[in-house]
Amino acid sequence: MIKVEAIIRPAKVEDVKNALDKAGYVSLTITEVKGRGQQKGIKQVWRGREYVVDILPKVKVELVVNDEKADEVTGIIQQSAYTGNFGDGKIFLTPVQKVVRIRTGESGADAL
Amino acid sequence: MPVKAKEEKMNIKKIIQWSVMAGIILMLALPALAGDPNGAETYTNDIAGMKLAINFTWTLIGAFLVFFMQAGFAYLGAGALRVKNTVNYFTKSYMDFSIGALAYWAVGFGLMFGGSKLYPGLEDGNAWIGWSGFFLTGDAYDVQTIMFWMFQVVFAATAATIVAGAVAERLKIQAYLIYSIFVTAVIYSIYGHWIWGGGWLSTLPYGVGARDFAGSGAVHAIGGFVALAGVILLGPRIGKFNKDGTPNAIPGHDVGMIVMGTFFLFFGWFGFNPASTLAATDLRISVIAVTTFLAGAAGATFVCYATYFKTGKVDIALTCNGALAGLVGITAGAAYVAPWAAVVIGIISGMLIMFGLWFNEWKLKIDDPVGAIACHAYNGVWGLLAVGIFADGTYGGVKGLIVGETGQIIAQAIDAVTVAVWAFGTGLILFGILKYTIGIRVSAEEELTGLDIPEHGTSAYPEFVIAGPFDGKR
Repeated sequence: MIKVEAIIRPAKVEDVKNALDKAGYVSLTITEVKGRGQQKGIKQVWRGREYVVDILPKVKVELVVNDEKADEVTGIIQQSAYTGNFGDGKIFLTPVQKVVRIRTGESGADAL
Repeated sequence: MPVKAKEEKMNIKKIIQWSVMAGIILMLALPALAGDPNGAETYTNDIAGMKLAINFTWTLIGAFLVFFMQAGFAYLGAGALRVKNTVNYFTKSYMDFSIGALAYWAVGFGLMFGGSKLYPGLEDGNAWIGWSGFFLTGDAYDVQTIMFWMFQVVFAATAATIVAGAVAERLKIQAYLIYSIFVTAVIYSIYGHWIWGGGWLSTLPYGVGARDFAGSGAVHAIGGFVALAGVILLGPRIGKFNKDGTPNAIPGHDVGMIVMGTFFLFFGWFGFNPASTLAATDLRISVIAVTTFLAGAAGATFVCYATYFKTGKVDIALTCNGALAGLVGITAGAAYVAPWAAVVIGIISGMLIMFGLWFNEWKLKIDDPVGAIACHAYNGVWGLLAVGIFADGTYGGVKGLIVGETGQIIAQAIDAVTVAVWAFGTGLILFGILKYTIGIRVSAEEELTGLDIPEHGTSAYPEFVIAGPFDGKR
């Protein structure tokens, strides 16, 4: 099993969610996060003076899938979160040792 | 060009600029011809003078209360929208009265009350339009005329700000500022002349002529129908309607703001309606305050139970809309109807806003984020008609159907049709011109990000400011 963890633009959450949903990936976790990458900061203005917010709001989308589905999910997120500008985000894939469904106690692929 | 010559040229330019400015100031400061700019001639040290002073105080306090409705509209709208558009909405709500006040001072007041002969300096005009009192100069530089202006300008600003909520989350700020000028200077003022400035609606040969006590039509329907035109030309927000045409709910970000905004508006309405007598010696003001209160309460109560029986939950945001609907509905008739009639008017207003919101979303398929059109346009029309039904003849000689007079309702119906056609028509022209010149809608990208950062460079709640001042490197 693999955890796909994508940091994306807040404005792209709907698109990513809908694209995943269409391909049958319904379960996911979304967290509002703050971070920075190559986008660095954005300029804002406070009473006529510029300031920089260099830790920007992003959204983290997490879902755990079977190994063979990981590439498909990654592809879907990459396409649906894409704008072509700095700040589009990144996708991280990490192996997952065990998954347990709390309600039934099932574990492994059955719990996904 | 040598440096010296350049400097000289700059100096000449500056001199011209300053003399033009000085000329304008001199023109505006010309001594009054027959007006009374300090009140010494108007005030007399006797009972008549006392009455006048009480009425002055009453009217001005009313104006200040109506001014505070701006805060209500700002809060109500901001709470009903998403957090990413908060700065934008507050800016629009703030600037429409600022720019609108200047436009009304320069042009609107003269068009609206010129020819009404109500106060000095308002002599010239006909049944269709007025043309004196511009810039409050000449005879209009008079304590009474200016007291009256203060009361009228806050009404003009109210009409302007109604539109902000309907076009929110997608209208360009610059388009909105230009709109604010034209609505206060022209659209509001010309119609206002017909009903309040001695124009043709107020002298219709039915009943006593059309009557709109504090402006269900003149203020609320004008704002509401201009909003309808704007919303149609703008189109719905991204994500409001599904492909099959069904609407989605887009919840606002702060219910507390919605409730507080409604309190502010309700409070301000006690200036809007009772102070429209322009006189505290007119003791009908207590009845007006109570009809206002009861209609708002009835509208809220109706919607509260309507939502409860429909969904099993009490919806406070919609209930607040119900209160405002009742208040808009009573505004035209506040002085002419009895308390029981105010309750009936408020209940029907509550029904009308529930129906109006449903009709706009499901049938017209337009996107009005705060429900301004259902609240102000539809209930504004209802308020005008209600005068023709419920006026009991105890004030101003206005008699409606309940006392067996059929003339008044005809005048009110003509007024209602006129206000709808005028405001919707001029609204289409205004937003149409703006659409094909400077554009009215922000880009899809800006709309998704929210208007705060692209249009204003800041968010409403700027947290996580990590870096210090801009150092020019990042």
